[in-house]
Amino acid sequence: MVINNLLRHIAEPIDRTMLSVVTALVLLGFVTLYSASYENPGRVAAQVGNLAFAFTVMLTVAQISPQLLMRLAPPVYLLGLLLLVGVALFGDVRNGARRWLSLGITSIQPSEIMKIAMPLMLAWYFQKREAVLKIYDYGIAAIILLIPTLLIARQPDLGTALLVSAAGFYVIFLAGLSWKVLIGLGISGLASLPLLWGMLHDYQRKRILTLIDPSEDPLGSGYHIIQATIAVGSGGFAGKGWLQGTQAHLEFIPERSTDFIFAVFSEEFGLIGNIVLLTLYLALIARGLMMAANAPTFFARLLSGSIILTFFTYAFVNMGMVSGILPVVGVPLPLVSYGGTALVTLFFGLGILMSVHKHRKLVQT
Amino acid sequence: MSLELHNTERELYNFQTRIGVAGAVVMAAFFILFVRFFYLQVVQHDYYQTKAEDNRISVVPITPNRGNIFDRNGIVMARNYSAYTLEIAPGKVSDIERIVTELATVIEIRPSDRNRFRRLMIEAKGADTLPIRTRLTDEEVARFAANRYRFPGVEIRARLFRQYPYAELASHALGYIGRINSGDLGWITEHALDSNYKGTDHIGKTGIEQSYETELHGITGYEQVEVDAGGRGVRTLSRTAPTSGNNLVLTLDVELQKVVETAFGDRRGALVAIEPATGGVLAFVSKPGFDPNLFVDGIDPTNWDALNSSLDRPLNNRAQNGIYPPGSTFKPFMALAALESGKRTPTQAIFDPGHFDFGGRRFRDDKVGGHGMVDMYKSIVVSCDTYYYTLANDMGIDILSRFIGQFGLGSRTGIDIKGESPGVLPSQEWKMKRFRRPDQQKWYPGETISVGIGQGYNSYTPLQLAQAIATLANNGVMYKPHLVKFVENVNTGERRVVEPEPIKTIPLKPENIEFIKRAMAGVNIEGTGARAFAGAQYTSAGKTGTAQVIAIKAGEKYNESKTAERHRDHALFIAFAPVESPKIALAVLVENAGFGAAAAAPIARLVLDYYLLGKKPAKPAAIDERAADGD
Repeated sequence: MVINNLLRHIAEPIDRTMLSVVTALVLLGFVTLYSASYENPGRVAAQVGNLAFAFTVMLTVAQISPQLLMRLAPPVYLLGLLLLVGVALFGDVRNGARRWLSLGITSIQPSEIMKIAMPLMLAWYFQKREAVLKIYDYGIAAIILLIPTLLIARQPDLGTALLVSAAGFYVIFLAGLSWKVLIGLGISGLASLPLLWGMLHDYQRKRILTLIDPSEDPLGSGYHIIQATIAVGSGGFAGKGWLQGTQAHLEFIPERSTDFIFAVFSEEFGLIGNIVLLTLYLALIARGLMMAANAPTFFARLLSGSIILTFFTYAFVNMGMVSGILPVVGVPLPLVSYGGTALVTLFFGLGILMSVHKHRKLVQT
Repeated sequence: MSLELHNTERELYNFQTRIGVAGAVVMAAFFILFVRFFYLQVVQHDYYQTKAEDNRISVVPITPNRGNIFDRNGIVMARNYSAYTLEIAPGKVSDIERIVTELATVIEIRPSDRNRFRRLMIEAKGADTLPIRTRLTDEEVARFAANRYRFPGVEIRARLFRQYPYAELASHALGYIGRINSGDLGWITEHALDSNYKGTDHIGKTGIEQSYETELHGITGYEQVEVDAGGRGVRTLSRTAPTSGNNLVLTLDVELQKVVETAFGDRRGALVAIEPATGGVLAFVSKPGFDPNLFVDGIDPTNWDALNSSLDRPLNNRAQNGIYPPGSTFKPFMALAALESGKRTPTQAIFDPGHFDFGGRRFRDDKVGGHGMVDMYKSIVVSCDTYYYTLANDMGIDILSRFIGQFGLGSRTGIDIKGESPGVLPSQEWKMKRFRRPDQQKWYPGETISVGIGQGYNSYTPLQLAQAIATLANNGVMYKPHLVKFVENVNTGERRVVEPEPIKTIPLKPENIEFIKRAMAGVNIEGTGARAFAGAQYTSAGKTGTAQVIAIKAGEKYNESKTAERHRDHALFIAFAPVESPKIALAVLVENAGFGAAAAAPIARLVLDYYLLGKKPAKPAAIDERAADGD
């Protein structure tokens, strides 16, 4: 009886619709991962472990009330910021980038924390200023957004910087930044592209250049794009069939169980598979947006809206990059790519969405 | 309160508008993705499908076995054998010198191997792998296999090697194969054979190996292999077996060839023996020869320099590229020209005082004091120069060159080896073309007189002389000389005979031919060839010749003992036998050996003895010093 009650209590915030879509995506992910990591079968088991942990995280986060989340926002943001500064000063260099901070027993990637901390902090700020929102508040929000983003970008980690800044931007956008300013920002953004270009690292510039013409460097940075595009294109309408992808199984696709897993999926399941995947993502995003629209407080609305739109950013950037319309940045395909960190972050976000959804009536009354 | 509520509602409305906009952006973004997927997977599917297949499938050529070459009796003259080579892929090794030095600690690599490898690097650009060592022993293979991990880009391969068991024997006829260089690639592309030569490293460079390259090579097979991104073969998808090259059976007789080469000993020169009724070449000798085996793996620079810098020029194919004045071997053809043109009758005689004076210049006969009364028969038997001085003068260069040209002298015979020299048949037209200055272009009657005894501008290859005498022996029916008797398909055993190819029949009166043959038979019975052919058990016809190497001033007599070895006269002999039904006709030339009767006729005797009687000589033909005056 007690245990049953407890279980019901824990399961209460879980949104059935969202859970079933997530489950479908996760299952597709396993099916694809099995094919993509045939030479490394341990990965499926490891991913099951990752998933179990991430799911636990989601359940736990779903229990936390939005009020508590709000109280936690500034300290979590400041902690993240401190850790980012720590990375910049004492971080370990791996693969030419300073992203990891050694904490004695384990290493962490503080930029990952920012993916949650950023929307939390900005949503908290706008909630605080809700009644007296002035134009300069957006300026302060921009500073809150830019400091960690720049710290992450110079590690360098363009993919995470993009996701963090996107998460922040969505909050600002949803908070009602005027269209005039938005359009103005857009124009000045375009105008400052050359300046931004000057700030990019050589390898980042190369990635963008190879996107425009992959054949220019077919064995170098163009290789990823070329081989991934071949995999997608050769999949055709119905795909080559599960475990039948030649691009995948003959090792032509680099990073095929992580960032480029979509190439494997697309080769084996074809356009039909892609439509299914797009539909599932769309369903998840639609459900998330609905939850955000119905959220009780400004904070909850902004936070959940930003989280689900960040989720969209993951999916769009990843599929766009694999199919050759966006430059190669390190963004995984959400819920499908192999890797624990991203999975935990994503489920953490889903946990927040569910918590907000569960607590909608409590506040409204 | 109501204002606040109003604000909250407005705020919610604004937020939901923004969510709506965001939703629209999401839809738009996913639609872009869908369009992209549709474009890649439906519109461009065929293109990417092909790309994926190209990635996946690698076509590996399977080199066919090169055809073997046999002599007319089925004795192997060129074959293949399998051996291991140690090969380096230049594209996969950054510091080749260093890896070779390291390899030398595992497997013996001689300085000559290194030099040869450097040469190959320059010549065979673009080759996947190049051999640093060939013919590895089993022990060496095992030793390398144990150390293989130390040498990325180095591998052991089993390859077929060309082998010429008789080494120098008939080397100029067989030629050799060598690694394909840029010039050969040009030939391959010109003949649209690029795909058939994928995987082929070697190609015929000279001789029969070159001229029958397309027969010998065979058809390259293919294996479709599924490869991974690292280029490693995963599995074989399909296999088209190669078709071995055709075998060649030659008209050459290895034993006869051996007899000739033994007979020559260390002397330089050439001999071509032809079957008059077919044009089949029975012996094709150019001395000195070379070992074609040296060229197969790429010749090392030491051997190459030795072959190239030798004064004896062993790589020169004297039989078809050496051009020499025919000397007195020209006389039977001159005599036939006289008979056919009516300038002389057989019985018409002249008095030979030992010289012929023309235009204030004295043309001397070899025999001091002359031969006395000389008719045509005697003129051939004793090789009287004066008779031919007067004859040439009476005949004139136009009739002479037109008649002689019919026997193929001065034009390529069309033998089935490439690069034959045309030689020179002097004529007024030839001189017009050959020289620039008008005074040089003019033909002077005095020049006809030298041409009449086979000197002057005359210069022919031994092959042309052999073809001419074979045509004479065959009563004017001329065949194209050829070395290959038939081409044999290895798989079906089907034999394609190289049919004797009659080029033409020279219109000659039978009685005139008979007369010349009788006179040439007389040479070997009672004339300049008599000593060499003493006691022969068959009838034979011959003619000695001596070709001047340096011009002798008018009025001066050639003195063999005073002349430096390389400036000595060349000895010549042409012959056929038996006289009634000739089975073999030959021309032999010995460089700087002096009189034809002394140095060339004895070689011809050994050849005919072997071919007609089966007698094998034990040692080189003796030089008959006492025959020295008998040109």
